[in-house]
Amino acid sequence: MELKDFKRRDIGSAYIFLNTEATPTDGWQAFKRFVKRTIKGELFVGLWIVLREMIRFDIHTLQYPLEKIEMSPRYRAIHRLLRLFESGSERCIGCGLCEKICISNCIRMDTHVDEKSRKVVSEYSINFGRCIFCGYCAEVCPELAIVHGAEYENAGEQRAHFGLKEDMLTPLDTFKAKHQKEFQGFGALSANADENIKQTPLAY
Amino acid sequence: MFDTAVVIETVVKAVIVVAVIAALAGFATFIERKVLAFMQRRLGPMHVGPYGLLQLAADGIKLFTKEDIIPQNAVKPIFMIAPVIAATTAFVAMAAVPYFPEFTLFGYTIHPIISDINVALLYVMGVASVGIYGPLLAGMSSANKWSLLGAARAVVQMLSFEVVSGLSVLAPIMMIGSLSLIDINDAQTGGIGDWLIWKQPLAFVLFAIAGFMETNRAPFDTVEFEAEIVAGYATEYSGMRWGLFFIGEYANMITISVLVSILFMGGYNAFWFIPGGLMMLLKVSFWIFLFLWVRAAWPHVRPDQLMWVCWKVLMPLSVVNILITGFALL
Repeated sequence: MELKDFKRRDIGSAYIFLNTEATPTDGWQAFKRFVKRTIKGELFVGLWIVLREMIRFDIHTLQYPLEKIEMSPRYRAIHRLLRLFESGSERCIGCGLCEKICISNCIRMDTHVDEKSRKVVSEYSINFGRCIFCGYCAEVCPELAIVHGAEYENAGEQRAHFGLKEDMLTPLDTFKAKHQKEFQGFGALSANADENIKQTPLAY
Repeated sequence: MFDTAVVIETVVKAVIVVAVIAALAGFATFIERKVLAFMQRRLGPMHVGPYGLLQLAADGIKLFTKEDIIPQNAVKPIFMIAPVIAATTAFVAMAAVPYFPEFTLFGYTIHPIISDINVALLYVMGVASVGIYGPLLAGMSSANKWSLLGAARAVVQMLSFEVVSGLSVLAPIMMIGSLSLIDINDAQTGGIGDWLIWKQPLAFVLFAIAGFMETNRAPFDTVEFEAEIVAGYATEYSGMRWGLFFIGEYANMITISVLVSILFMGGYNAFWFIPGGLMMLLKVSFWIFLFLWVRAAWPHVRPDQLMWVCWKVLMPLSVVNILITGFALL
């Protein structure tokens, strides 16, 4: 194609015209159209549709503070630091990959080598005021130690809002009660995925 | 001249009617929000009281305690009195409307009508038409262009529908020969077959349409259509003055529902095993529901379409209806 093809304004043959009703040219035709539209009962179709919805009572309201929507495992909200299922010790090995890959520079960690000459994380913080929840940290983590949780109610009073290690790490009592949820994996479907399937517009 | 008992009875009746209708008008706002919500797959008010029932009280407290703002450039006395006109005319119109069949309480026969005047229908429609001064004065005194447009539309609408409602109601009156609503009711005593809706279907439809216009309800809510003129004549109002407009509108809806029920749908005559009073309640409830139902379903018309349909379609139809009725009566 050349430039002049793009500049062509007269594309009469390219348009597909809908088979619409002709515009009335005189008063009598306008009156006939008015009568047809009045008698046709389209108004009553509208009445029936709203009444049908009222009788069905298929209410879509979620009373938010009382009911909450089930978040998909793909949802990226406040991070969680997980523990090993076998020993209960922290999964994080202090490799620093998350700190390195973080594109908004909001992760900071301090490590030291303990008496068993293992590297442990002494400080770990995420500035949620800066975090853009891109998910790179969770994606790069070799140990599945940092993952995204579903805690989305995170309003803050200040721009800088630091989540510390003890805020994000699974507490020991929660862990002992076996309430630590394993990360489902990237692209995991939610438990109620089957219910949420809808026909695409093409199907109807 | 007047019996003291009659005076006391009338005053008591008037107070009861105003109190009950004002309460019902408030309740109708709750019902409206609920019905509209259900039709749109929502829940409506849910948080204040069980199923949001106390929302009414919350709204009332809010309206009463809200600051009553009068704009700087508004014409103060007119601005202040306009909502009172809207509300009072709506209530005054109810003076000649019978609600229930007469009943006996403590050996005293009570006619549930404040005053059975012989031109009741004319009176009700006349006073209801005076109610248009509310929106008109409010819109003209507000010093706001939306309000002014609302007022202009109110007058345009008024001029259009009054002719239709007057002419459409003429045919049933010709058949019955009385303007008293009690006579009209008594003419339809013989069960459902006697309802005037079967003898005057066209007049019924025309009067119903005019009723929707008179109460400014969708699809003829041109006077206060939010998307076009914000809140129309009520744009500058706040607090209880705005609330008075609202109470007036809902009281008007109740009046129109009662009028249609009496004129065309057998009034408060007993039907089969259902007593007359309950019949009346059912019919009025249905009409209130219809007002809400239509609002949920239909888009509204433009003011020019409204005038077009009134003057070019509805008015000729009502004249033809009168002609046919006249020939049939001869």
